[in-house]
Amino acid sequence: MNYCNLITIFAFINLLVSIPHGYSNYVETKAGQFFSSGHTNNWAVLVCTSRFWFNYRHVANTLSVYRSVKRLGIPDSHIVLMLADDMACNYRNPKPATVFSHKNMELNVYGDDVEVDYRGYEVTVENFLRVLTGRLPPSTPRSKRLLSDDRSNILIYLTGHGGNGFLKFQDSEEISNMELADAFEQMWQKRRYNELLFIIDTCQGASMYERFYSPNLMALASSQVGEDSLSHQPDLGIGVHLMDKYTFYLLEFLEEVHPASQANMNDLFKVCPQSQCVSTPGHRTDLFQRDPGSVLITDFFGSVRKVEITKDTINLTSPVEPPIKRSGSSDIQIESLTYVDQLPVAEIIHQKPKQKDWHPPDGFILGLWTLILLVFFQTYGIKHLKHIF
Amino acid sequence: MPEKQRGRYAALAIAAVVIVVGIPLWWKTTETYRAWLPFSEISELDSLQLQLSVDIEVVFSRGTLTPEQQKKFPLSHVNEKEHQVDAKTGLRYKYETRYRTATIMEEDALNQPTAAEADLSLHMLSESSCGSVVVYVIPESSTLLPEDVKVYVGQRRTALLRSPPFKTSWNLKEVLSNLDVEVEQVVSTMSFGHQDIVAALSNRVRMTKVTKESMADSMRAIKSSPGYEITFSLLNPDPKSHSLHWDIEGAVQSYIQPLLNKLAPIANFSVDSQILYYAVLGVNPRFDNSVSAYTLSADSLSHVINPVEARLGSNAASSNPVLNFLLYVPDAHHSPLFIRDHSKRKVPSNAFHSPRWGGIMVYNVNEMYGPEAERPVDININMAKVMGVFLAQLRLMLGVQHTHPPTGFVLQSPGSAGLADWELDRLLWSRSVENIATASTTITSLAQLLDQIGNIVINDNIAQQVSSAVTSLQSAVAELEAGNLAFALQYSREAILASERAFFDPSLLHLLYFPDDQKFAIYIPLFLPMCVPIVLSLLKIVSEAKKRRADKQAKSD
Repeated sequence: MNYCNLITIFAFINLLVSIPHGYSNYVETKAGQFFSSGHTNNWAVLVCTSRFWFNYRHVANTLSVYRSVKRLGIPDSHIVLMLADDMACNYRNPKPATVFSHKNMELNVYGDDVEVDYRGYEVTVENFLRVLTGRLPPSTPRSKRLLSDDRSNILIYLTGHGGNGFLKFQDSEEISNMELADAFEQMWQKRRYNELLFIIDTCQGASMYERFYSPNLMALASSQVGEDSLSHQPDLGIGVHLMDKYTFYLLEFLEEVHPASQANMNDLFKVCPQSQCVSTPGHRTDLFQRDPGSVLITDFFGSVRKVEITKDTINLTSPVEPPIKRSGSSDIQIESLTYVDQLPVAEIIHQKPKQKDWHPPDGFILGLWTLILLVFFQTYGIKHLKHIF
Repeated sequence: MPEKQRGRYAALAIAAVVIVVGIPLWWKTTETYRAWLPFSEISELDSLQLQLSVDIEVVFSRGTLTPEQQKKFPLSHVNEKEHQVDAKTGLRYKYETRYRTATIMEEDALNQPTAAEADLSLHMLSESSCGSVVVYVIPESSTLLPEDVKVYVGQRRTALLRSPPFKTSWNLKEVLSNLDVEVEQVVSTMSFGHQDIVAALSNRVRMTKVTKESMADSMRAIKSSPGYEITFSLLNPDPKSHSLHWDIEGAVQSYIQPLLNKLAPIANFSVDSQILYYAVLGVNPRFDNSVSAYTLSADSLSHVINPVEARLGSNAASSNPVLNFLLYVPDAHHSPLFIRDHSKRKVPSNAFHSPRWGGIMVYNVNEMYGPEAERPVDININMAKVMGVFLAQLRLMLGVQHTHPPTGFVLQSPGSAGLADWELDRLLWSRSVENIATASTTITSLAQLLDQIGNIVINDNIAQQVSSAVTSLQSAVAELEAGNLAFALQYSREAILASERAFFDPSLLHLLYFPDDQKFAIYIPLFLPMCVPIVLSLLKIVSEAKKRRADKQAKSD
C-alpha cells in the first residue's frame, strides 16, 4: 500500500517536472519554425516581354501571377511589374480596361488595383538588368527599384517568346541565359537576396536556367529545350489566345493557396504535367540549400511576416514638451487665396474675331494646279511658255 | 621596270601605313575607357585581419587593497585573444587594462548614498572615451550596492564592482588574477561579445554554426544603412466613435529625438507621421468570454501586417529602409482588444513587432468614456505610454541587443536618452565591424567583376570612389586597432558610402550585345575588302622576288 502510494507520488512528480521541459521544447520548436526559412520580407519581379495584340496571353500570364502574389500578401511597394505593352487599353480590345485569363470572360485579372512600374517601351533588357542589379540612376523613384536585402526572398517571373538560351524583349532585343546568370551572381555578391525562385514560361524555357551558378536559386520552366510552350484557349469574343497552358494551370493551383496554407514546392513541381501541358515542365533545385519539400509556397508567393511579441517597454516619466512654436508666423497677414477664373466666359463671348494669317495654299490645291499646268504644257508645247512669262 | 617598281613601292607603302598607323588608331579609338583602379590594394583587403582594442580602467577605491598591494600602482596589462573566423577573416581582441587607485574626488563621489547618484557624480568628474570601460572596485562590505548585487552598470561607461574577498597576505599578482575573472564578466557585458562580432561579419562569412539566439538577433536588427526613415502611423478604423488626438510632434521631440541624436554617428534619421482613417486589421479578433474582451492570438498576428502595409505611404524620394510604428485604436464594437502570446497569456505591452519592418501597438480607449458619451468622443492619447513601447521596439529594430547579464548584475535603466553609453558602444563596435566587412566585400567583388568583364567602361568618378573607399577602409581598420571607436565608425561609414556608390553606379552595365562573334561580324565587311588587295599585292611581291632570285641563281649557274 505504501509502496503503491510512493510510486504514484513519484510518477506525479516526474510528470510535473517534465511538463515545463516539454513546454519549453514546444516553444523552442515554434521559435525554430519562425526563423527556419531565414527571410523577413518578400519581393516579386514580374516581367512580360512581348508587344503586340496577338501576344495578349503574355500580359494575361503576368497579370495572373501578379494577382496571386498580391492576394497572398505581397504589397505593391514590394512588386516590380513590367508590362511591355498595354492590352487593357489597346485599340483592338473589344472590352477596354480588362484583361481576361479565362475564356467567356470569367476572370478579369486587370482589376482596378494594378500598379504597373515599367510599361511599354520602358521594358528593355537594360532596365530589367538594372532593376535586378540595382544600378539605377539616382532619380529613379522607389516604386521602380528592387530594394531587397540579404533577408529577402524574391520571386522572378518571366514570360514571352524565347528560344534556346535567350528570351526576346520587345521584338527587337534579347537577353541571353549567360547575362541572366551573371546578373544573379551580382545580386548574390551584394547579398540582394536570401533565396530566389525563378519561373519562366516561354518556348524552350529550361535553357534559361541552365547557366545559373549562384547559390540559393530554384528555377521552374514551362518547357524543356527543343519543346514549345503552348497557349491554352482562345476566346472568340476577344479573338486571341488568353493564357499560356503552364501559367493557366499555375494560376489554378495558386487560387487554392491561401496565406496560411502549408503547400510546398513539391506540389508546385507537379503543376501542369505533360498530359495537360503537352510540353514537359522542368525545374532545377541543385543550387538550393533547403529541401524543396520543406519550402512553403508562401515563402515566395506570399508575404508571411515573422512577428514577435514585444516583451519589454521603457518607462518614460518626463512630460511631453510641446514643440517650439515658430515665432512671428501669426503676425504675417495671409492674403485670402482665390482660384483663377477657369473659364472666362465673358471674355470668350465678347471676343472680336481674330484676323486669320495668310497661309500658302494647301497640298491639294497645289497638286491640282500642278496637274493643270502639266497638261497645258504637254498639249501646247514648251515654246508657248514665253507667252505666259 | 620603274612602273612595276613603283607599283611595288606603292603596295608596300600602303601596307606600312595600314599596319603602323591604321591598326593602332583603330585599337585606340575602339577600346573602352578604363580608369586605373588600385587592384593590388583591393586584393590585400580581401583577407581581413581585424583587431579590436578595448581600454579598460580598473580603479580601486579605499579599503579594497592594503598599502602593500597598492605599492606597484599604476600598472597596466595587455590581454590578447585571437580567433580565425574563416580562411580570409581573422579577429584579434586586445584588452588593455590599467589599474590605479581612486583619486580624492572619486572617493567623494563614491560616498553617495545610492549607486545611481554615485554613477552620476563619477560621470561629472571625467568623461571616458568612446569604447572604453571603467570599473570601480568598492570594498566588499560597502553598502553602496544592495546585498545580492555584485555589479552595478551605470548609464555611461562605468560600472561599480563589489570586490571579491582578498586575503591581505596575497601579493598584487594574485589579487589581480583573482579580480580578472570578475572584470572580464563586466567587460563582456558592457563591451562587445564574440558572438556579436561574428554575427556582424555575416556578409563576409557564411554562417553555418550560429546559435539560434544570435541568428534571431541578426534577422531582427536592420542592416547597416546610411539613413533610416521612421514613420509613426495612427490607425483609426472608427472615426465616427473616436476622435483621436495625439501630440506626435511633442512626443517625438521629447522621447524619440534624444535617442536619434545619440545615434547620429551611426546613421541619418528622418521621422514622419501620418493618420489613417478606416484602416482595419486584416484579421478578425475573437471574443473571449473569460475576460470579456476581444483577443488576437499570436498565430494570427503574422497576417495582420500585410493588408495594412498596402495602405501605408512612404517617401518616394529616398531609398532608405523604412521602420513603421503603428498605433491601432480598436473600433468601438471590438473594444477592448488584447494580444495573447503563445501560452495564451495577456501581453502587458499589448504590442508586437516584425523584424526589419517595425511594430504595432494596440491602444484600448474603451475605459476612457462611458456609454452615454456623445459620439465622436474626444480622446487624448497618452503619448508617454505609447512611446515607451515604440522606443523599446525601435531599440530592437536598430540592433541594440538584448543583454542577458549574469546573475548579480544590475543594469541601470537608460533614462531619457533611451540608450546607455555602453549600449551605444556595443552598437558602434558591431556597426563598425559590419560596415568594414560589407565595404571590403563590395570592393573586392567589384574589382573581380571589372576584371572579368573586359568591356565595362570604368569612368574616372568610379575610380575615385573606389580609391577613397580603399583609403577609408584602411583608416577604419587602423583606428579600430588603435582603439578609437568613434573615428573607426566614421571612416567605416565613409568607406561603405563610397563603395556602395561605386558598385551601384549606373554606368557599370557592361556593353550589351557585343559578344565576340558579333564583333567579327561588324569588322569583317569593313576591313576585308580593304585588306584583300593589299595582301594579294604583298603576296605578288614576295612571289616575284622569289622568282627573281631563282632566275639569278639560274643565270649565275
